[in-house]
Amino acid sequence: MLGRWSGSFFWLVPSPSFRPQFLQFEISVEAFPSLRENGGGGGGSGDAGLVVLRCREDGETACRMPRAALPLLVLPLAGVVAAEETTQEPGAPGEHPPGLALFRWQWHEVEAPYLVALWILVASLAKIVFHLSRKVTSLVPESCLLILLGLVLGGIVLAVAKKAEYQLEPGTFFLFLLPPIVLDSGYFMPSRLFFDNLGAILTYAVVGTLWNAFTTGAALWGLRQAGFVASRVQAGLLDFLLFGSLISAVDPVAVLAVFEEVHVNETLFIIVFGESLLNDAVTVVLYKVCNSFVEMGSANVQAADYLKGVASLFVVSLGGAAVGLVFAFLLALTTRFTKRVRIIEPLLVFLLAYAAYLTAEMASLSAILAVTMCGLGCKKYVEANISHKSRTAVKYTMKTLASCAETVIFMLLGISAVDSSKWAWDSGLVLGTLIFILFFRALGVVLQTWVLNQFRLVPLDKIDQVVMSYGGLRGAVAFALVILLDRTKVPAKDYFVATTIVVVFFTVIVQGLTIKPLVKWLKVKRSEHHKPTLNQELHEHTFDHILAAVEDVVGHHGYHYWRDRWEQFDKKYLSQLLMRRSAYRIRDQIWDVYYRLNIRDAISFVDQGGHVLSSTGLTLPSMPSRNSVAETSVTNLLRESGSGACLDLQVIDTVRSGRDREDAAMHHLLCGGLYKPRRRYKASCSRHFISEDAQERQDKEVFQQNMKRRLESFKSTKHNICFTKSKPRPHKAGRKKDGVANAEAINGKPPRDLGFQDTAAVILNVESEEEEEEESDSSETEKEDDEGIIFVARATSEVLQEGKVSGSLELCPSPRVIPPSPTCAEKELPWKSGQGDLAVYVSSETTKIVPVDMQMGWNQSISSLESLASPPCTQATTLTRLPPRQQDAEEPQALLDLSSDPHPSFAFPPSLAKAGRSRSESSADIPQQQELQPLMGHKDHTHLSPGTATSHWCIHFNRGARL
Amino acid sequence: MGARSSHAAVIPDADGIRRETGFSQASLLRLHHRFRALDGNNKGYLSRTDLQQIGALAVNPLGDRIIDSFFPDGNQRVDFSGFVRILAHFRPVEEEDPAMRDPKQPEPLNSRMNKLRFAFQLYDLDRDGKISRHEMLQVLRLMVGVQVTEEQLESIADRTVQEADEDGDGAVSFLEFTKSLEKMNVEQKMSIRILK
Repeated sequence: MLGRWSGSFFWLVPSPSFRPQFLQFEISVEAFPSLRENGGGGGGSGDAGLVVLRCREDGETACRMPRAALPLLVLPLAGVVAAEETTQEPGAPGEHPPGLALFRWQWHEVEAPYLVALWILVASLAKIVFHLSRKVTSLVPESCLLILLGLVLGGIVLAVAKKAEYQLEPGTFFLFLLPPIVLDSGYFMPSRLFFDNLGAILTYAVVGTLWNAFTTGAALWGLRQAGFVASRVQAGLLDFLLFGSLISAVDPVAVLAVFEEVHVNETLFIIVFGESLLNDAVTVVLYKVCNSFVEMGSANVQAADYLKGVASLFVVSLGGAAVGLVFAFLLALTTRFTKRVRIIEPLLVFLLAYAAYLTAEMASLSAILAVTMCGLGCKKYVEANISHKSRTAVKYTMKTLASCAETVIFMLLGISAVDSSKWAWDSGLVLGTLIFILFFRALGVVLQTWVLNQFRLVPLDKIDQVVMSYGGLRGAVAFALVILLDRTKVPAKDYFVATTIVVVFFTVIVQGLTIKPLVKWLKVKRSEHHKPTLNQELHEHTFDHILAAVEDVVGHHGYHYWRDRWEQFDKKYLSQLLMRRSAYRIRDQIWDVYYRLNIRDAISFVDQGGHVLSSTGLTLPSMPSRNSVAETSVTNLLRESGSGACLDLQVIDTVRSGRDREDAAMHHLLCGGLYKPRRRYKASCSRHFISEDAQERQDKEVFQQNMKRRLESFKSTKHNICFTKSKPRPHKAGRKKDGVANAEAINGKPPRDLGFQDTAAVILNVESEEEEEEESDSSETEKEDDEGIIFVARATSEVLQEGKVSGSLELCPSPRVIPPSPTCAEKELPWKSGQGDLAVYVSSETTKIVPVDMQMGWNQSISSLESLASPPCTQATTLTRLPPRQQDAEEPQALLDLSSDPHPSFAFPPSLAKAGRSRSESSADIPQQQELQPLMGHKDHTHLSPGTATSHWCIHFNRGARL
Repeated sequence: MGARSSHAAVIPDADGIRRETGFSQASLLRLHHRFRALDGNNKGYLSRTDLQQIGALAVNPLGDRIIDSFFPDGNQRVDFSGFVRILAHFRPVEEEDPAMRDPKQPEPLNSRMNKLRFAFQLYDLDRDGKISRHEMLQVLRLMVGVQVTEEQLESIADRTVQEADEDGDGAVSFLEFTKSLEKMNVEQKMSIRILK
């Protein structure tokens, strides 16, 4: 005929009732539209190849479009039935062929995804509404509100549709809703804390869950025997044990939802939460074993089956963990090679983690455990490998998915509860269950804690135990498991369902509501957040090493010993294998903290509008005393600045030849001087690479401009270099800040030794992303966007013994400024007493890292400083004695001098000298540099305006710098 | 080896040591056992080489320094009481009301201050009561992986010193050291459970 192909595809699509369904679509292709067959359209449109796509859930309608153009979403799950006969055309027998409709209402085509989207939207909107009132959310946990909302919505649906719809289906829950939550919690689990408390967590998870299941089940059975449960509840001991096993497990979703708002201390949180995650294995095993026992009938259960049950506990838990670790390994390994396809990095994380979940589920291992271990295991390496942007993407997507799933779960729980057809109420059973789970949980916690405290360094006190008992929330896992029961095998299913719903609602609503006041009332230690400091990080590592060493000495191979061992192994083999070379270095923890602190400083520097420049003294934003910068802005800006600067610096660092340097200087000049016009249209529409947004680029530009201007104005108006030592540290007297220091300098007091070890120049190191092995990549235009530049604040190692005079070297704003007459202080200036070695320090606040975008200005000022600094070596005599106007002539010479051959007596470390050279050269031809003049008079700070006088540029001469 | 069997009587001045260190009888016995196991030739004291023979210490970046801390004041040998005294720093802190303690008694070896002092002395090689930039750099060089360059190390050292340095002398005094760790649970992080 006309060349038709059709195929049928099965879509796995969550249906409105959240039941995974197979939708069948048939797709057939017609080279020529039916229009011509109908004769309606005339010949003109004949070869236009009109493609009509019609899909219906019942799979009767054919979709006409080329197979090649199938949407990517279509996952052919079942085999493609090719060349299906085409007689089932819509307009086949006798029906009047439809004309070209202008408008068609096709609700059924979109119904399923539309409903899913709508429910999520409703849940999200509800969240927004809840959070409008802070009072409500501070009192009531969100999970409670969502459940209540679900109840209301379920009631409405029931009233309208006369049947309960949109319930929480176990399949949907386990396959789609649970994984994101577990992945999120596993991935962002504080691993150190987790492993520090692993013993306690495992105890509560395994022993506690077993204990809860058996005691609750047995006690309920006892209750039934005693006649408190109506005889219509047909259940034997095994049924009750089955019910006990599913009702006993603490639910990760509920615990997370409630405890995240309570903010108890980390140890308590990690124990309760870790338990809720790890007990999944036990729950799964218990549930399956009991379920199969019930199905076999208690008479047929043999001793071997019990043994198998015990064995399966190990198989399920260890197997699940192993699957998770294998996928974690694969994931880490894969991300090592994504350098050129950054865009799929987040996708890989989700895909492989989900694959781990499904694999474990497929092998009927503990899927929760698998995903938890996968997230826990891969994080370190993945975070190191993927780019900053991917990291953010992973983080936010994960959080979004988890929050979304959690919201939907609670809402659907509420809706499901409305369906009374599933219910069968028995007060004795419900009340008994409620009392027993609370009682046995508390009893179990107390007993286990007593045992654990014999081994714990920090015992869990009574208050902790109360919170742990009370925090044993049950949730959607229990509900989904009870729904999965087979009514024919478990005749009391309806009663169990009702009881489970009540238990879940009670724990989530009542306990969730009261746990916050309880925690407050008991004065449970809250978690406290403090920013990491380098000292803490370093000392913590020291402590770890000390403890490991002491354990060696004592001869006890304890926890510290094994952790030490693991870290050695990780360092030697795993990290080498799973991390990129460049990332491997970055991931040194101390370095990492240092890096982050630096970036934060840079950000806050920007946030404060450059005030740090003028601030007196060294007050680091990241120091504990200082108010913190808003975290969000830090992370946001961090990303921006990370990429923008690479170019500049690479130019500076890699360019070698003079001509190139010239070009670079010109490039900088142009870059700085030209304002790019606003771009309206984005030319690039690559799917594989995110090009910088025009807006973003423009922002960066403006930002650069502003910062540069700031620096320049600061330079040209003040020309004061050394009014403030960044952090003047008079050694002995403990004098405070620069004001005092300067005053002393003015008074000409003999300068005392200064602990200037901390003064430093700034080296801008360009870290080439990949090492030799990936050298070939360097030619690529693609640039690493997350680790372009490391700022290294480099301190000079020598101590300046008498450096107070440093305050006297200044730049005067212009040659016309009348030079002050020499003061007595000037005569006593150390460098005038003429000793051989002379060290010039360009100092800045060591840790005041310049934001990347400021580097241009920074470089300029550095070079100007260096040009100033150089004269004392060779021409110091003239320099100090010359009135400023004569220095016009001298300045270029100084520049020349520096650029051609830095004086050997410079105290710059080699790399600094090198960097300084290239910098000064690159900016030597910037005209405005010429007007920067050194001014030797001390009294000049009088005509410096106070606001800007406090530069943090200083030039210090050490005592030996004499002429 | 009947003579080597652990008995409290074998330990010289067991009561005095216990009073000083606060170790329980059992721990003391355990430590004494270990002490003699380390003391290869039954000398009655340990020398540096005895401790250096512990394999895992060799790979510990701070191993040598920790060994050194067993030999204060340039001694070449450490007897059992000295050995125990060092280890007493790592005894867990009991929950105890500080007001209840006899103020006249010296601070127990496992107090927060003493734990910190022990750590501090690992940094402070020249024993001048200050961690200088140089000393900080040395520690960092031990602790940070080889991948970090010397320059970067130096800048980390600078930053670390500056961060903790409050009086501006470019070095970290013990007071500044404790302050920088104010928020850390040192009692917990510097204790080993088995050393009750």
